[in-house]
Amino acid sequence: MKVMYRLMALLMILMLLAGMTTAFAADDGYPSSYTYNYDYWGDVRESPDAYRVDQVLLSSQLGLEVAMRKPQSLFVQGQDLYVCDTGNNRILQIRRTGDNYELVRIIDTIQGTEPATFNTPSDVYVDEEENLYVCDTNNYRVVMVDKDLNFIKAFTKPTDSTFDQSLNFLPNKLAVDVSGRVFCLATNVNKGLVKFEADTTFTGYIGANKVVYNFAEYIWKEFFTTKEQRAQQESFVPTEYCNIYMDDESFIYATNISFEEGDLMWDKALPIRRLNGIGNDILIKNDRYPPIGDLWWVEGSVEQGPSKFMDITVMEDDIYVAIDRTRGRLFGYDAQGILLWAFGSIGNTEDTFNSAISVEHMGRDLFVLDQNEADITVFTPTEYGNLIYDASSAYLSGDYDGSADKWEEVLKHNANYNLAFIGIGRSLMRQEKFKEAMDYFEMAHDRDNYGRAFRQYRKIWVEENIGWMVAVLAAVMIIPLVIRMIKRMRMEVESYERSKIAK
Amino acid sequence: MSAARLQNEAKTMSPRGEKWNNYKESMKYAFHVIFHPFDGFWDLIHEKRGSLAAATTWLALFLITRVIVLMYTNFQFINAPLQYINVFEQMASLLFPFLILCLANWSLTTLFDGKGRFKDIYMAMCYALVPYVLIQLPLVFVSNIIAFDEAAFYSVLLSVSLIWCLLLAFVGLMQVHDYGPGKTIIFVIATILGTLIILFLMLVFLSLLSDALSYFVSLYREIAFRLY
Repeated sequence: MKVMYRLMALLMILMLLAGMTTAFAADDGYPSSYTYNYDYWGDVRESPDAYRVDQVLLSSQLGLEVAMRKPQSLFVQGQDLYVCDTGNNRILQIRRTGDNYELVRIIDTIQGTEPATFNTPSDVYVDEEENLYVCDTNNYRVVMVDKDLNFIKAFTKPTDSTFDQSLNFLPNKLAVDVSGRVFCLATNVNKGLVKFEADTTFTGYIGANKVVYNFAEYIWKEFFTTKEQRAQQESFVPTEYCNIYMDDESFIYATNISFEEGDLMWDKALPIRRLNGIGNDILIKNDRYPPIGDLWWVEGSVEQGPSKFMDITVMEDDIYVAIDRTRGRLFGYDAQGILLWAFGSIGNTEDTFNSAISVEHMGRDLFVLDQNEADITVFTPTEYGNLIYDASSAYLSGDYDGSADKWEEVLKHNANYNLAFIGIGRSLMRQEKFKEAMDYFEMAHDRDNYGRAFRQYRKIWVEENIGWMVAVLAAVMIIPLVIRMIKRMRMEVESYERSKIAK
Repeated sequence: MSAARLQNEAKTMSPRGEKWNNYKESMKYAFHVIFHPFDGFWDLIHEKRGSLAAATTWLALFLITRVIVLMYTNFQFINAPLQYINVFEQMASLLFPFLILCLANWSLTTLFDGKGRFKDIYMAMCYALVPYVLIQLPLVFVSNIIAFDEAAFYSVLLSVSLIWCLLLAFVGLMQVHDYGPGKTIIFVIATILGTLIILFLMLVFLSLLSDALSYFVSLYREIAFRLY
């Protein structure tokens, strides 16, 4: 009877506990598999949400008389969000105060030049002095105006012979560095980014995709195709970029969406690049998998194929966020190329996208522009997301122990987070707790750091145990010697005894 | 004292004890084979220095070594997703190809005046696996006392163990069948092809079997459906 009561009590407690936990987990109304990360084996590990939707900015909400049509690009300068409303040939300036977004002005005419209106403006850049650079695609120019919209200068078709003069100059995306140089992604140009000096002179191309010679292809072209076929195949040229972003250090982040699927895992496709001044890719990749978005996809499903990054933005501490149009998904990577989080999908709810085209950030908040739905989704980081950023920025600024505390917090939210294990391990290593550090590094499969900690640990271990090790070694060497000596002595005695008997 | 014990042992030396002695001898003989493969393999078969029991023991040791390597090698040196590893699956995935290779080799060489019987081939192949056991087992320990950037020594030994096994297998086949090196190379290639053919036939057989079974199952279902 007593046992029964106890069992009942236990059952009651268990039920109560179960009820409590479900209540905690279910209340927020978000699907549990929204945010995820990849573990060392490339398996999807569900994680708490790093970002949640703060609000969705619709045309009506912003008080626009004409709704946005096919907007193509976002840009953030200070507290201002600029939207390229491409279909309506205008640029919207939206100002943020706290959680409020208000339309400041609609930019559709400029003064001091002809034509005074835009024709399909597809990208905008705003510098510190609020000078606007607009990719005025179908007016064949990149136009620069000051904050009162007075014309300053225009970057037009290069007269250089390297630019095919029979083609129009169709600037599509642009980035401007601190000294006012304009890097421009133009349709029809596959030599890389078109580069203009601040005085509007054209100074060449940077960052062209390398032409990779393939021996088999060469043989095929050389011996098995006719001249006419070859002429047709001339259009086989390296591809152009999809979008570019200039970071604080004047490096250009570029995304590329045309590549062979098979090249992704071998890090030959390079869907995300960081170009330096001479156009070389210097993106750091220290993870097991290169930053390619999703590692696995189901062939033949509706949302199929690899991730295709439409836009990229670079936040503090070189954390970059890229948006994938295949699955409407955002991927955040840190400066080492390690995936911090991935979330989002295609759909009709407010946290999903129809055709995401552009991503921007203001502080840690993210804006995602959807071109078909013509709205802007504002994401703010959750406690978990903020902890990740805090921890990495604390580490980068040299506050290793503070960073470890933050990572401990991250682990409380998500026990599958490799970076947290590595972060704590590093801090433990600095405190010379090598054994503990090794355990953490092993959990994160971090070989380099494990090796470093292990060497220190081994050194200390050997120093501590050298006494008995030498003793054992000596014993192993001396004991057989002694035994042999005793044997020999015994034999000598015996032979002496025998010789005595023989006599 | 010791003399008395020896006498005692000699008195009680039953056929069973003799067998045990033979087994021990043929186990030990492996150490001769791996260092003197040409004489070693010849005597293994023709002088009856080896035994099936010993060969099977070495094969079992090989399989166990493989599992130990997977489970206890330090994570710095091996990419083994332990959460997915099934010990028996791992063993089977080595054992069955091994047996099929022996079978394929036997079925081909019997047709082309190879001297070896299936038992001989099996024994020679098992003895060829000995270096794997002898090198990789200590390496598991070594992997736990060295760091990732000191791996040169470790990886050299690792490849030595594999190359040694392959060379032994090659010499073993040569001696078992009394072939020259050229002919052995040809038959090694033929054996690999033969293995693929056997695997293909097994697959075809299995899929046919499952088709046949599903036919009877659906027949039964149809009848059951009609009758009720």
